[in-house]
Amino acid sequence: MTVCRTLAVSAAAGCFLLGGVALAAGVTVHDARDRDVTIADPARIVSIGGAITEILYALGFEDRLVGVDSTSLYPAAAREKPDVGYMRQLSAEGVLGLNPSLVLAAQGSGPKETIDVLEAAKVPLVLVPDTFSEAGLLDKIKLVGHAMDADKRAECLTAAVSDDLTQLRELRAKVTKPVRVMFVMSLLNGRAMAAGKNTAANEIIALAGGINAIDGYEGYKPINDEAIVAAKPDVVLSIQRGKDSLDAEAVYVHPAFALTPAAANKAFISMEGLYLLGFGPRTAAAARDLSIKLYPALAPQAEKFKPAALTADCRK
Amino acid sequence: MTVLTEGSAKRRSGYALRPPASLTLICLFAALAGAALIALTVGAAGIPLARLPAALGLWGDAGAGPSLARDQLVLWSIRIPRIGAAAMIGALLAASGAIMQGLFRNPLADPALVGVSSGGALAAAAAIVFTDSQIGQNFRFMQHQLLPIAAFAGSLATTVILYSIASRSGRTSIAIFLLAGIAIAAIANAGIGLLVFIADDRQLRDITFWLLGSLSGATWPKLATLAPVLGCAAIACLSIARGLDVLVLGEAEAFHSGVDVERLKRISIVLVSAMTGVAVSVCGVVGFIGIVVPHLLRLVIGPAHRLLLPASMLLGAVLLVGADTLARTIVAPAEMPIGILTAAIGAPFFLAMLLRQRGLVSL
Repeated sequence: MTVCRTLAVSAAAGCFLLGGVALAAGVTVHDARDRDVTIADPARIVSIGGAITEILYALGFEDRLVGVDSTSLYPAAAREKPDVGYMRQLSAEGVLGLNPSLVLAAQGSGPKETIDVLEAAKVPLVLVPDTFSEAGLLDKIKLVGHAMDADKRAECLTAAVSDDLTQLRELRAKVTKPVRVMFVMSLLNGRAMAAGKNTAANEIIALAGGINAIDGYEGYKPINDEAIVAAKPDVVLSIQRGKDSLDAEAVYVHPAFALTPAAANKAFISMEGLYLLGFGPRTAAAARDLSIKLYPALAPQAEKFKPAALTADCRK
Repeated sequence: MTVLTEGSAKRRSGYALRPPASLTLICLFAALAGAALIALTVGAAGIPLARLPAALGLWGDAGAGPSLARDQLVLWSIRIPRIGAAAMIGALLAASGAIMQGLFRNPLADPALVGVSSGGALAAAAAIVFTDSQIGQNFRFMQHQLLPIAAFAGSLATTVILYSIASRSGRTSIAIFLLAGIAIAAIANAGIGLLVFIADDRQLRDITFWLLGSLSGATWPKLATLAPVLGCAAIACLSIARGLDVLVLGEAEAFHSGVDVERLKRISIVLVSAMTGVAVSVCGVVGFIGIVVPHLLRLVIGPAHRLLLPASMLLGAVLLVGADTLARTIVAPAEMPIGILTAAIGAPFFLAMLLRQRGLVSL
């Protein structure tokens, strides 16, 4: 009895010691700047980017989060963490003031000067690549998990997400007549800014089984009114931005959109921004939700698909 | 534009032979009609020339079914109002430039220099950023009008501030007006910088594209706002033309020639701010039309405002219709901000004219 107990205790202690050794040795991750970053001890993390914060919560590292940026809106608890500001307007002092031992930042965080200062300050800084694709999403989770020296937990989460993406693919295969979707970022004084290729919007539309009505350019650009008519979108998609969201009526009465099937069918969809475009663990769920709105006929099947990433416990 | 005619053209130092006024205006009208026709026939929606007359309801087979209906809708609800707005805004901007240059007796003056456009742009940027905030929620009921109203109010407020700085006991110092204008433009630009700093990604894009100008917001209701402003401006321009001509001699001389100089300045300033404010409110900031057009015309038709002002309106219209046609076609389906084009085309042209005038190069 006593022997067993002693053995168990020493085994536990051994594991703990080994774990400690592994931490001290550190892990190395290859980041978006194409360089290796060695992380000694991810005990105090500043997370820059909504998707990264979501992943950290999903992996059970919320207690190590000492700061987030203003795009980290989910889960709600993240908003109570100290806020270092907008991810593209970071202040080096604001970040360093939280005394982080690791900064995980989405690619595109900035300004460049701040990134340079953070790097010079010798705080391990990992720029997490932001590729809007299924593989990019899985890689993002793997990389964050690896940086936290929690490959097991990351594996659990990627397995769940990967499973979701497979189910989504099956759902998508049932789409017989794909609809043309135009993602409108803003409609300012009659000028529409729409998403072209190589955008999160483009990819989520594809994941949901739709077709981006704009394939003539890349990124978010002001679109020509006549091109809106020529693109013939069946649906206009937009994001809710707190209280300031594009409203359906403004789209229907716009002289260009008024000539599209979207206005004729009053097909306007508005979804929460981080959920729809964040490319985090909830992306498959967002694509499913979008799919239900695009294809009401598929709703019964789509509702059977319960994304595992929302419920999977990968916190240990 | 350098059409030479026999008897009436006179040779003056530094200027080319001048065509008579009627010929100048007829040529400019013809150019405007040509530019509008080209603008009608090209666009992302692609209406072939052969289908154009029918779509316009002029002649040809009108029973072409759904594609005809679509052509008609594209033409009447998008392309035609846009061409109309481009023409009117071009006219307003060029005339504001001509008046400012006459008033300041400075060929470089334009509404942007004295901060009138910057004031409008600052207010527009503020509207973009603050509609998302708590305060902005109170204006939600008028969210679609907020931006043009803000831009117009910003331009007008800038003028009022400038005017009250420059006026003392009924007299307005044009030099102070100009200097204060430069200072206000700098303050407005700092304000825009601050808003850019506060703005998030989407707002930042909106502000940037607003500052570069675009006519894609042009609709019939906006034409209905522009038309009376342009009409009143045209009449007012003719009424101040003589005054501006005399003002070239200097304020005291103008006064002794029977011109109410103070009244002239007041009318000009109000006119310019109204014209610029309305233009900025519809299409954002479009640079260089106001500087280049009157300057160019002065080289060809001379400095008399009675001809210069209407000619500026016409040439401004031609240039902006042309620039807008490029803006909406060269990168279709996206759209090039028109401010880039007016600067990219206008500035080198302007420079070439200056060099030519100085006899540095023979063009």
